[in-house]
Amino acid sequence: MKIALCFLVLAVLPPVARAQAVAPDVLVKTITDEVTAVLKKDKDIQAGDTKKAADLIESKIVPHFNFVRMARIAMARNWRSATPEQQKELAAEFKTLLVRTYSSALINYRDQQIDYKPLRAKPEDNEVTVKSDVKQSGSSQPVSIDYEMEKTDNGWKIYDVKVGGVSLVTTYRDTFASEVREHGIDGLIKSLAAKNREPLGSKAGRS
Amino acid sequence: MGSRSLGGLKKLCAALLLAGSLAGCATSGGNPADPLEKVNRAVFAFNDGADKIVFTPLAKGYRAVLPGFFRTGVSNFFSNLEDVWVSVNDVLQGKFQEGLDDATRVIFNSTFGIAGLFDFASDVGLPKHTEDFGQTLGSWGIESGPYVVIPFIGPSTVRDGFGLLFDYKADLVYWATDSVPVRNSLYATRAISNRANLLDASSLLEQAALDKYSFVRDAWLQRRRNLVYDGNPPRERDESDDEPTK
Repeated sequence: MKIALCFLVLAVLPPVARAQAVAPDVLVKTITDEVTAVLKKDKDIQAGDTKKAADLIESKIVPHFNFVRMARIAMARNWRSATPEQQKELAAEFKTLLVRTYSSALINYRDQQIDYKPLRAKPEDNEVTVKSDVKQSGSSQPVSIDYEMEKTDNGWKIYDVKVGGVSLVTTYRDTFASEVREHGIDGLIKSLAAKNREPLGSKAGRS
Repeated sequence: MGSRSLGGLKKLCAALLLAGSLAGCATSGGNPADPLEKVNRAVFAFNDGADKIVFTPLAKGYRAVLPGFFRTGVSNFFSNLEDVWVSVNDVLQGKFQEGLDDATRVIFNSTFGIAGLFDFASDVGLPKHTEDFGQTLGSWGIESGPYVVIPFIGPSTVRDGFGLLFDYKADLVYWATDSVPVRNSLYATRAISNRANLLDASSLLEQAALDKYSFVRDAWLQRRRNLVYDGNPPRERDESDDEPTK
């Protein structure tokens, strides 16, 4: 009877507990498949609706990222001199910046073929890299996209994405450092906020 | 670049050497890899301006006027010519299997791929590689040296700029014809084709970067490092990432 109850409890356990069981490479593949399936169908996003693309990112992608850690990596040693309040703002603004950047990338999405490389990790690893190659139509060379992931109580979270070996997070390091040097941490938060208020595609526009 | 290009290259070489020696004494701004930041920023601004006024409009026009399959054909054609030098660099780096693969790519694509217009080899499991002499020097253990922005060419380093001299001389377009106008047209077509391939990326860059100069520099340096290690660079220790996230 007790054993049966145990099974019953296991069966109705909330998804959080099950999320832990999802392997990191499976998680990345699932997210990517879901998002690309929407992109293939959604005529609005294909026509350049960045707002809708941002909503898609917010609902499907954002929950799987650790933006606090991303902001911390980008801030390097300045992170420690930021107050908890500033840290919160930095993570929020950085998140907005990345989501907006991704939204403009998504509207340029065409049919792309993604190959995942076998995950090289031990079961006890708390940090893994999920590697993939994206082949774009019209370009013969695949672009590598690697996801740096960490194990948390809420499943695996992505804390860096490397496109062709270029980290989306550390690439901001020098910019952040010089901004902090010249205008302080609040100055950096201000310029991030200002950047995030610019209308999307205002500078270069879609081509 | 035309008949005077050799003189131009000598000047470029001299500039790079000068950059290298200046680097020793110049004061550093932010990034230790970029002791020449002041000069680099000026050249970057110049390149960026030229890009906005000349190259981006040309590339956009090219993309607007010509159909996709045609542009892919042009891009493949030049990529096929480049693969010859890619395979030589594979061998120079001791990667004989890749060298063989890339040479096979050239043979397949030049024949079945109709003079390289189709990248047939990619479809049969021989993906393109990116190799150049700068990477070869890097694989031999030569450090990249200071970051340098070269007029009209863009981001580079002292080592990679030096490598460009070899890439330029090994370029099949350089040897393809004695006719300077034909050669220059080929150079121009390739430049526009390459720029057109990057239009999406450059508009993304405008969106992503707070300070375009340092963003491009840091992305470029990471990219080159990644290429030298063929996609598997050793992890750099990260002092800022020691404490666990709350």
